Amino acid sequence: MSALARTDDALAEAVGTAPPASPLASTPGPSPAGRRRGFGRRVRTVVPPLLVIAAVLALWQLLVTVRHVDPQLLPGPNLIAHSTWDDRVNIWPAIGVTTEEAVLGMALAVIVGVVFAVSIDSFRPVRGSLYPIIVASQTVPIIALAPLVLVWWGFGLVPKIVLVALFSFFPISVGLVQGLASSDPDAMNLLRTMRANRFQLLRRVRFPSALPHFFTGLKISVTYAYSAAIVAEFVGAQQGLGVYMTTAIRAAPIRTDLVLGAVFVIAILTLALFAIVGLIERLAMPWRPKP
Amino acid sequence: MTDHRPNLELRGVAKRFSGNDGDVVAVDGVDLVARDGEFVSLIGPSGCGKSTLFNIAAGLEEVSGGHVLINGEELRDRLGASAYMPQHDALLDWRRVIDNVGLSLELQGVRRDEARRRALPLLQRFGLGEFTRAWPWQLSGGMRQRVAFLRTVIADRPLLLLDEPFGALDGITRADLQQWLNQVWSEVGATVLLVTHDISEAVFLSDRIYVMSPRPGRITAIIDVDLPRPRTAAQKEDARFLAVEQRLRHELNAAINAWGEFAGRQP
Repeated sequence: MSALARTDDALAEAVGTAPPASPLASTPGPSPAGRRRGFGRRVRTVVPPLLVIAAVLALWQLLVTVRHVDPQLLPGPNLIAHSTWDDRVNIWPAIGVTTEEAVLGMALAVIVGVVFAVSIDSFRPVRGSLYPIIVASQTVPIIALAPLVLVWWGFGLVPKIVLVALFSFFPISVGLVQGLASSDPDAMNLLRTMRANRFQLLRRVRFPSALPHFFTGLKISVTYAYSAAIVAEFVGAQQGLGVYMTTAIRAAPIRTDLVLGAVFVIAILTLALFAIVGLIERLAMPWRPKP
Repeated sequence: MTDHRPNLELRGVAKRFSGNDGDVVAVDGVDLVARDGEFVSLIGPSGCGKSTLFNIAAGLEEVSGGHVLINGEELRDRLGASAYMPQHDALLDWRRVIDNVGLSLELQGVRRDEARRRALPLLQRFGLGEFTRAWPWQLSGGMRQRVAFLRTVIADRPLLLLDEPFGALDGITRADLQQWLNQVWSEVGATVLLVTHDISEAVFLSDRIYVMSPRPGRITAIIDVDLPRPRTAAQKEDARFLAVEQRLRHELNAAINAWGEFAGRQP
């Protein structure tokens, strides 16, 4: 390239691969300074919500202590933490059982969601008929179906997985359908002039460009997974966090502390699952600027 | 370099689209020739059907009438007979620069490392050597267009179709890229059909310019640009350059006005 052709445009870029004048300019780069900035940002995003949670728990503890609230009605966070820890031999296996249901259910939801989305996208007649049906299916109260699902598939692992999938596949499907429909028409035309076939279009353009939508749907789905598994366990199960909570409610005297402890455990597990999906998302799309 | 063999030839090409209020004639009776190694531009106001004509040449759309010949043959399926650069760069975000350039090779079944091996010297020769591993979002608009153009060149087709490649760029970057394109083109020696709405760009790059009038799109003038090559930015100040520019501007205004009078007579 001649020196003449190399104007400010090229020179500005030669300074670094990061875009110089974009909102992404402060994206952490590979430099140590960048890594420190990234760490600082992470601290800034994590600390404020933790402070809020801590403040709420402190206020709760204060009210319960000062007003001498009956612990069977509303135990304080301190008591909840202690009782749950003391009961860890019981809650630990329950976590394992429910996690298995939630994770396997999510796996089924992803399979079902992707199959629906790809069929809706691929065949025009299906798009007309299947999509409204799937949307309508979401108006059915799935909780009300839970007893039936148990009748159909017994009391084992399968009905729990089915229920989790029923709760969770919809956002995945909708996200992916939207993602597949949103691929850049210019890029599609470009690949057509390169004589790409349908499969190549799907693999090289449509799936990668649908991934962000897919993960948006998956992140919504994943927040339902534990709740759906617990609803399934309420209806009929021998073990799991749902059973654990039912047992604590039926105990005499009622163990409100353990019920609320289980609620906190479920919240933490859901957050963990969400974080794992976020991690997978980052690994699946290495081309995206780091958050 | 030029052996006068027509690389792309449009004969009486017409395109109608059926709409709600009957058929719309987008282009009508278009004759256009781009011979081997020539740089030919198509210029006209927006909505004159130049993009339609362009998509026809690329094989993305069928003609309603007339003939399209590529290397003297009327192909039933023109897709892949030429290399196409769309208006927006259409770089795939999920491919590094080098893999965007090698895309067409991979689609033909070339392995990725082999495609990279062939893309690398091209990137290095034309000033993108340090960006091979970058993701598209890390590039400026001008750099993205360079990558998109090299992606078009690597397919090694005798005919390149460029649809307003610099339309979205600022003036300074655009002038820079025109010069860059000029250089790359003189080295690869392909036939180019460029669609543009920029008078100076058309004169600076072309051997011949076709002027189109809108609704229906027709060729109203053909201007031969008889300026010496290789061309430099300094030539833009030249009296001969300015004279061609002036003539082109005149023809373009005539094309627009003719349509204005025609439209003005409509009830």
